[in-house]
Amino acid sequence: MENLDILCKKIISKIDEADDLNTLNAVRIDYLGKKGEITKLMKELTNLTHEEKKSYGKNINTLKVKVLDSIENKKVYLEKKIILDNINKERLDITLPERSYSSGHIHPISHTIEEVIEIFKPMGFSVAEGPDIEDDFHNFTALNFPPDHPAREMHDTFFLNESNNGEKLLMRTHTSPVQIRVMKDNEPPIRVLAPGRTYRCDYDITHTPMFHQVEGLVIDKKVNMGHLKGCLTTFVESFFGINNLPVRFRPSYFPFTEPSAEVDIGCQRKDGEFKIGDGGEWLEILGCGMVHHNVLKACGLDPNEYQGFAFGVGVERIAMLKYGITDLRMFFDCDLRWIKHYGFSFLDKFDGNN
Amino acid sequence: MKFTLKWLRDHLETDASVAELEAALTSIGLEVENVQNPNEQLAGFNIVEIISVSKHPDADKLQVCKVDTGKKGLKQIICGASNVREGMKTVLASPGNVIPQNGNKIKISKIRGVESQGMLCSSSELNLGEDFDGIIELNDNCENGLPASEALDLDVIFEISLTPNRVDALGVRGIARDLAAKGIGKLKQEKVCDFKSSFKTEFKISSKLPEEAIKLCPHFSGRVIKGVKNSKTPAWLSSRLEAIGLRSVSALVDITQYITIDLGRPLHAFDLSKLDSFIGPRLAKASEEIDALDGKNYKLSEATLVIADKKDPQAIAGIIGGMSSACSEETECIFLESAYFDPNSIAKSGRSLGILSDARYCFERGVDPESTIRGLELATQLILDICGGEASELISYGEPPKISFDLNFRLCEVERFSGLVIDKKTVVEILEKLGFQVTESNEDVLKINVPSWRRDIDGEQDIVEEILRIYGYDKIKTHKLPEMDISSQLNSRERTRDAKIRRFLVSKGFSEVITWSFLSNESAELFSRDEALIKLKNPISSDLDTLRPSIVPNLLSSIQKNLVRGLSDMSFFEIGPVFNNNLNRQNQIIGAVRVGNYSDKHWKKDYRPTDVFDVKSDALDILNLMGIPKKNIITKQYNLDLLPAPSWYHPGQSGILSVGKNIVAEFGRLHPYLLNQFEIEEDVFCFEVFIDNIPKSKKTKSFTRKKFSPSHFQSVERDFAFLIDDDIPVEDILRKVSGVDKNLISSVKLFDMYKGDKIESEKKSIAFSILLEPKDKTMNISEIEDISSRIIKMVEKDFEAKLRH
Repeated sequence: MENLDILCKKIISKIDEADDLNTLNAVRIDYLGKKGEITKLMKELTNLTHEEKKSYGKNINTLKVKVLDSIENKKVYLEKKIILDNINKERLDITLPERSYSSGHIHPISHTIEEVIEIFKPMGFSVAEGPDIEDDFHNFTALNFPPDHPAREMHDTFFLNESNNGEKLLMRTHTSPVQIRVMKDNEPPIRVLAPGRTYRCDYDITHTPMFHQVEGLVIDKKVNMGHLKGCLTTFVESFFGINNLPVRFRPSYFPFTEPSAEVDIGCQRKDGEFKIGDGGEWLEILGCGMVHHNVLKACGLDPNEYQGFAFGVGVERIAMLKYGITDLRMFFDCDLRWIKHYGFSFLDKFDGNN
Repeated sequence: MKFTLKWLRDHLETDASVAELEAALTSIGLEVENVQNPNEQLAGFNIVEIISVSKHPDADKLQVCKVDTGKKGLKQIICGASNVREGMKTVLASPGNVIPQNGNKIKISKIRGVESQGMLCSSSELNLGEDFDGIIELNDNCENGLPASEALDLDVIFEISLTPNRVDALGVRGIARDLAAKGIGKLKQEKVCDFKSSFKTEFKISSKLPEEAIKLCPHFSGRVIKGVKNSKTPAWLSSRLEAIGLRSVSALVDITQYITIDLGRPLHAFDLSKLDSFIGPRLAKASEEIDALDGKNYKLSEATLVIADKKDPQAIAGIIGGMSSACSEETECIFLESAYFDPNSIAKSGRSLGILSDARYCFERGVDPESTIRGLELATQLILDICGGEASELISYGEPPKISFDLNFRLCEVERFSGLVIDKKTVVEILEKLGFQVTESNEDVLKINVPSWRRDIDGEQDIVEEILRIYGYDKIKTHKLPEMDISSQLNSRERTRDAKIRRFLVSKGFSEVITWSFLSNESAELFSRDEALIKLKNPISSDLDTLRPSIVPNLLSSIQKNLVRGLSDMSFFEIGPVFNNNLNRQNQIIGAVRVGNYSDKHWKKDYRPTDVFDVKSDALDILNLMGIPKKNIITKQYNLDLLPAPSWYHPGQSGILSVGKNIVAEFGRLHPYLLNQFEIEEDVFCFEVFIDNIPKSKKTKSFTRKKFSPSHFQSVERDFAFLIDDDIPVEDILRKVSGVDKNLISSVKLFDMYKGDKIESEKKSIAFSILLEPKDKTMNISEIEDISSRIIKMVEKDFEAKLRH
């Protein structure tokens, strides 16, 4: 018995001393392996009497269980220690800069056009496009601009040489010619938006020779000015994200609409600060009106059967107002710092309530 | 268009406030741009009397004045004006007042040691006109302490922005008529002219009038007025003209200016003594010139209508008078002319001569033809009243052209366009107040006579607008648009396509720019292909005179500008049109450039410079995004003999991507020589996707996709390495390998390419792996061996390659 106690202490102390898995394994083999000391003792049991076997065997078994447990515990401890040691070695300064593939920015003009489209989409509008080089017919005549009328002169048109078949060519001064193309090619009901580049021969702080417009057109049998007001009120409220934004429809003149109106929204100018909303002052935001019967006729539609409305929005203007951009010319200056500042990420939502 | 409140009240009986008038004008389409209300600006400014004047002890040019302010007692004011004197009545700005001219706020201050309790004001400081001799001087019987606005009897100035259709509102009377229709007061009766013409004149209108002149001037009238004194203009008249920004010249000229603004009816007074024999309209002769009243000499063309005497043009008809027959202080006898001119002819002459005048502005928009005689009579009356003299009988030829006409108007049109039901009585009342005669009406239709001053009206829709603009757009109820049938919506895939591409490119590091559609001809030439360039006839400047044949030059300029600003790694793209003189004239392009490192610099040093394979991948990904599978896109390298590169591309590192016969993209490194011209030292890589060349997908609108059926059998990967001639395009080999068994080989990937010392020169070694994905059973070794040997045989045979082991 005493021998077993001594043996046990000896083994436990060897287990304690083992500081890596190999040493521990060697300890296990020394005592529990095929030729191990404990294994040997177990074998010797066969030489003992029944009585001796009973008490001595029990003691050896207890010893074996105890040794096994200790080895297992030590093993878990050592494995854990290895991982911990490695972890300490693997430490990195994670405050070091990440690897970056910076993404770029969407130009505010494109973003604004997308926003406008997203607002009108649920109202059933689709998108139409037309050429930047237009002929006199689509840009003026079909839109009821009489020849030599001062309204033509107000457009500061860029002219090109005549085409081979004698058409007078020009850079479109508005996106309204797309109206004509859509009406000629499609049967009503029509609801379209025509965004795009437009050109006028003017260059100063508030004018650039190229700018962007979104034209809208609705043609149906019973669409009236009440719908025009409803549709555009929804637009300005959604675009500027202001419920019950004051909106005013004021009589105006465009050759291709009648009655025509200019749409003003409420704003406030105070101590050099500008704010859109209820402020007792007005700001012109877009032009609109009921499509002129001469325009419908020019597109082969019967003005007694069909009617509708059209509107035009200056993209740069509404972008400047919404996002507080002050210098018009910077839109076209390609300064990357400006694009980063005013541009949009590819995940930015298109909606008006951001 | 500017006018004053008092002027308006000549025609309109109203006690509406300035704010009410402002709101009403804007609501009927006469948008108020500005109101100058001096009574507001001068609130707090009072009349004072200068009691004593003494020299400033410390300044030669300054005086110390004691002024009597009435209730507020005496004040001490320092003043530098030369006209200060005892007993003078003038205007005092007290502490807290803001000077209208410059916005300065008055404070009590010490001027060279002497206190000044305010400031005595000049006309210009009060925005009341030019200064003559220092501070403003008022009538002696003004009470001390009276508010300045009351004593000065100031007028309110309105400025409205007129739309080009509203010629009738070019006269104050027309504005008054509109306001009366809106219910702001009552339109006054027209003034009665009670002068008598006292003699028959010898002076005649030219007897031989050319036919074209009669066409362009169908109605011409005038009269001689003799014994006039072209004296100083009376204050009521000059102050009105000055208030609206016109310069008072002399009584005769001012009267014609006045009628122009009052009625929108320009007329002209000639000094009769300077006219030779007779007067009348004719077309100018070639090489004729005129010294005009604006002090400039104009060379006239044969298309320009002039008013001429026997010898020379004396005025450019309807635009500007001539110097030689202008009225002067000595003028005693005049010929006063009033005529109707063809608007288009005036517009053309005015534009070609570049003259902007009030007369041209009126005539080219279309003056009321019925106002010719009325204007002449009113002007005659004013001249006789102000300048004295005797008026001859009226001489004239022709008749005013007939503008006025009858129109049937269906009352239901109001509701059709506005959704509003307006009762007949209101409609008739509005129209009549606007000067329309509603002569006959049955239950549903009105017969309307359109007055001669409303040449903008030509149909029922115009009448609807008239009714609604007076009735009030604000009364129209807003409605939601009814639901739109989905099947009637146009297909707008193109626009979502651009939005998608934009987002894709931005996620890959590109920033979007938008650049002019035009550039300098010089830059355009560098990027022109075979087609001719398109030039603007009237460019803003020579820098922007040619429509761009490519987006690349503008992108290079953007790069150059940003490099100068110190940036180094950049990627830009633009989606937009390019132009050339082919059938379509314009094409939609996605253009993009990359410069510098592909990713940001990093301390682990695993970043790398951009190369041509980056832009190739960009272009391929976009085409893929637009519905073209990569396997359908063929890369062709530019090659001096067969397919030469455009001059702006590096000939050894560029090429095209094509789908069938269509070239859908071009990409590569830009030519170093070209970059030199743009002052760029870095390598630039570029791609252009030709959107219009991309075949439209024939896919029908079905959302259903093919059934998902993954293979249950093990896939197998095999690697191959070959030695081939350097000039064989690798893409050809890979494409052909995947064609060896299309059902089995699901991908072919190049994983190594080597050129160099370890192999023969002019050879390259390539290594690729194939993935075999059997669909119906697991492949056994002999089947795998079989396909491998087919691949090896094909490559060795078709490309003269050698398998490497």
